[in-house]
Amino acid sequence: MKSINAENLSYKELNSIIRQSNDSKFCLTGVMGQRFIGCALKNKEVEISGIPGNALGACLNGGSTIIVNNNCQDATGDTMNEGTIIVHGNCGDTAGYSMRGGKIFIKESAGYRMGLHMKAYNERQPLMIIGDRAGSFLGEYLAGGTIIVLGLRQEGNCPVGNFCGTGMYGGRIFLRSNSLPKDISPHIEATVANEEELNSIKAYIQEFSSIFGFESEEILKDNFYVLTASKSTSYKKKYIAV
Amino acid sequence: MKVDYFQSEYEIIRDFNKCIDCGLCITQCANGAHKRSKEGKLYTEDSLCVNCHRCVAVCPVKAIKIKKNDYSFKDNNSWKKEDITNIFRQAESGGVLLSSMGTPKDYPIYWDKMLINASQVTNPSIDPLREPMETRTFLGKKNSTIEFDENGDIKLEEKPFIELSTPIMFSAMSYGSISLNAHKALAGAAKDLGILYNCGEGGLHKSLYHYGENTIIQVASGRFGVHSDYLEAGSAIEIKMGQGAKPGIGGHLTGTKINKDISKTRMIPEGFDAISPAPHHDIYSIEDLKQLVYILKEATDYKKPIIVKVAAVHNISSIVSGIARCGADIIAIDGFRGGTGAAPLRIRDNVGLPIELALASCDTRLREEGIRDSVSLVVGGSIRNSADVVKAIALGADAVYIGTSALIALGCHLCRSCHLGKCNWGIATQRADLVKRLNPKEGRTRLNNLVSAWTFEIKEMMGGMGINSIEALRGNRLMLRGIGLTEKELEVLGIKIAGE
Repeated sequence: MKSINAENLSYKELNSIIRQSNDSKFCLTGVMGQRFIGCALKNKEVEISGIPGNALGACLNGGSTIIVNNNCQDATGDTMNEGTIIVHGNCGDTAGYSMRGGKIFIKESAGYRMGLHMKAYNERQPLMIIGDRAGSFLGEYLAGGTIIVLGLRQEGNCPVGNFCGTGMYGGRIFLRSNSLPKDISPHIEATVANEEELNSIKAYIQEFSSIFGFESEEILKDNFYVLTASKSTSYKKKYIAV
Repeated sequence: MKVDYFQSEYEIIRDFNKCIDCGLCITQCANGAHKRSKEGKLYTEDSLCVNCHRCVAVCPVKAIKIKKNDYSFKDNNSWKKEDITNIFRQAESGGVLLSSMGTPKDYPIYWDKMLINASQVTNPSIDPLREPMETRTFLGKKNSTIEFDENGDIKLEEKPFIELSTPIMFSAMSYGSISLNAHKALAGAAKDLGILYNCGEGGLHKSLYHYGENTIIQVASGRFGVHSDYLEAGSAIEIKMGQGAKPGIGGHLTGTKINKDISKTRMIPEGFDAISPAPHHDIYSIEDLKQLVYILKEATDYKKPIIVKVAAVHNISSIVSGIARCGADIIAIDGFRGGTGAAPLRIRDNVGLPIELALASCDTRLREEGIRDSVSLVVGGSIRNSADVVKAIALGADAVYIGTSALIALGCHLCRSCHLGKCNWGIATQRADLVKRLNPKEGRTRLNNLVSAWTFEIKEMMGGMGINSIEALRGNRLMLRGIGLTEKELEVLGIKIAGE
């Protein structure tokens, strides 16, 4: 385990140390907004105390774990391939843009544009779980994978903002809530999650709960909605060839 | 009673005296324009003809001719035939008009209004056959000052760059819009010629990874097929912010076109529509663009140059100045005459600016701001011949991107029907029986021939000017004179009028 005090290091210096080092586990302290930490990390583990800057774990690769003991900022896990990002706090905007594998677990709330254009293929199934609320534009253009928003402090109120899932054509969004957002697009099919669907995310919720010290059985007792792309209404614009 | 608003655009004329009834035209036309009746007689369904010349080219006795159907509406300069028939189409279908390749409309072509200098008397010309002529070009950030260390040696800071044997690269055309065989030909030719090809936003096919040294990989808004192996594979990474033929809008690849191979390369499931959003939803400002540039630099350990591709639009010089300041090593500007696999007709024909004017204003602006060397400029958007290349470099480009010209070398006849997916030349299609027709080895040779020929012509024109390196031609506006241009156009292009 290599300890690095990031206090007077620029992001370029800090990330270069992590990249060049033969160590596989790192413990960073005094992190104050350095960007791109863990960008394209492969087979390494980084634990961060302090507030990391934007683009944490962007293009993250397999065998890698990033743990943040505080909040994180924007563009976390942007275009990530595999690996796990765990945030013991809140998350900024646009995390997991175009995520195509791996996991992002956020204990508290997240900002706008979370999980945009996530995609899945065969065994690469991305997963994002947000403990409390998420802002507007969650899961826009979703092509695959799973997003779960638990609304743990929302007391059953809808835990997302407006334009949830706009443009989605694949994947699933689960909302632990007693009501749906008011502006769900007609291209989205929103139903109460049945037993089979809940069973499919049970292991994910158990993993999330054990990391942050929640009770997964209590969480799973409540009502979940599941949003998927409607098969009957499509986005096909009518085109006529010239 | 059926009322038909549409007449065929083309007539297929068969000379029955020459025709030997081999039936090759029937098997070679994927549009089904050639048929055989129940009685065994050859006939044509003219309305299905797209004028791609496949049947004309393969007919062993040259018995086929394609003629423009000269049915006409009453003469009307306000309402041309296409204006009227497009309204018929939309009234019937309610659809958005879809088209391919670059706009065919009659906009001024500024390349054809500029003349190149030649040396006479006061300044000897150079013979490229006898004297060395340097067409090698380096793209990337250049140092604007020279610094020395304590020993008096020049401090060299390693900046990532691209080395080209000639200032021409193959423009981005995605696997999905064109066939794998077309990609194989482009990749192979890039390697033979010592230049680069751009694999486009559809990801890089596994079989082409070994051409990595000659590949520019593209990261577009959909981020299809973008993963660590992909980022490692190429020698440069291009962030696609826009495309000349369809500035400002996203893309839509219908599920029917996503077969097993495309699905694997783009990492999306088969049969699902692939929607590329219009903006990158993680880039909403120039600061965000800088962030993505640095994500890619960090992800590739600062070893690969990052290219940002934009469409030529209003205020392009301000946009390019901003991009130069956000860390991009190379900026690619795509003019409005550039090609596309499919774009709405009205956007293709009406949105964007000509590359000649965009290039001149960007080069001038960057030089005025003292940052011209912080970035290389690559331009595209219907570069049709070696003279266009010379003029582009004289206006300020470091290199050019060719797309349409490369496809024409592979056999494209510009029938502009790519969006139908039935390209008879095996280029803009995924149908295995059609893709087979494009022989990658032969295509590679044809592309080698084209670029080699252009390179020699460029050397001759440079020698004629008394210039022996691309570097000395770059931005050398004094080598150009305008003809048939207004004072304002001359001012924007930064060139004098012929005679001055």
